[in-house]
Amino acid sequence: MDTDQLIRSLAADNAHRAPRVGTMLTTALLVAAPLSILIFATFLGVRPDVMTAMRNPFFDMKFAVTLSLAIPAIIVSLHLSRPEALMRGWAWLLLLPVGLLAVAIGSEAMMAPAMPMTMRLVGKNSRVCLIAIPAMSLPLLAGALFGLRHGAPARPALAGAFAGLVSAGLAATLYASHCTDDSPLFVATWYTLAAAFVAAVGALAGSKVLRY
Amino acid sequence: MRGREDEWTGLMRSAMAGDDAAYHRLLKAVTPVLRAAARRGLARAGQPPDQAEDIVQEILLAVHLKRHTWDSEAPFAPWLFAIARNKLIDALRRRGRRVFVNIDDFAETLPGEAPQETASAGEVAAQLNTLPQRQRDVLQSIAVESASIKDTATKFSMSEGAVRVALHRGLAALTAKLRDH
Repeated sequence: MDTDQLIRSLAADNAHRAPRVGTMLTTALLVAAPLSILIFATFLGVRPDVMTAMRNPFFDMKFAVTLSLAIPAIIVSLHLSRPEALMRGWAWLLLLPVGLLAVAIGSEAMMAPAMPMTMRLVGKNSRVCLIAIPAMSLPLLAGALFGLRHGAPARPALAGAFAGLVSAGLAATLYASHCTDDSPLFVATWYTLAAAFVAAVGALAGSKVLRY
Repeated sequence: MRGREDEWTGLMRSAMAGDDAAYHRLLKAVTPVLRAAARRGLARAGQPPDQAEDIVQEILLAVHLKRHTWDSEAPFAPWLFAIARNKLIDALRRRGRRVFVNIDDFAETLPGEAPQETASAGEVAAQLNTLPQRQRDVLQSIAVESASIKDTATKFSMSEGAVRVALHRGLAALTAKLRDH
């Protein structure tokens, strides 16, 4: 087929309108979310003392941290789904959860410690945390990658890593309502490890499936 | 150069608003620029320039299928060159070379480079034969025989909607095959 002929067929298909990447990503995440919630409801569930816990600012802080990862990660991954997008000027968004955690760790350090630091750091749930967050992330990660496939990322692995952060942020938000470890030291250690693992899986998967 | 790129952006805006003729003109206008850049890229990688047309066609297909990622407020050329660069790197990598693609390959076209007449390429044609019958028939009819969607519908006793679906699916399948083969 010569190029003029190809161009003719492309022009004939001009009426076809694809949905925006944001629409695809949102839809895919909404389809995947029930699966993650099912995993949560089956194996974890909300902690029994949630009413008391809500009076503890460090409990609430966990949600601020996880959502300040998930929402900027959605924004960055949509940005990165465009072929000419650069990371420059966007990386600072990742500092939001880091900054929140730093403030939380600082304020906890100024209070009279309820538990020794090592106990707050290691907590009771570190192993559950490291398994539950990646497990609940998987359906969401698949959804995020499916949605982003609709775009044209210049750097598939990087876009995949952000898909991983999106799903880890959302899964960690669910997990935070289960976990009884509220110390920001615990969150900074174990949530971060879990999210980094999911981001690595996302980068690996993205380098394969996000090429266009 | 500036004027040319503004013109492209204008054409692409019209195209996205549903002007098929503007879209056709835009694709014709960018093709010589893409071709020159593909040749330079191949030359730099020590590859014969006769594969340039395959790369040009791959770029055009990607531009078509990813045009919803273009922001109509942004200039068209940087978006186009980003896709072109990506496809050129991909194509050279598939041919087993370490590649360095210079962004200037796309930004500049030498004034002496007259728009060439159209050239044919082997890869799209080869992959065309692996498509399902219906998609292949529709693509052949529209591309090669330059029949309209309406005439194609009459010829194969299909609805116009079905022709449009087959055309779009055919183009998407071609692109996927080119990427993965």
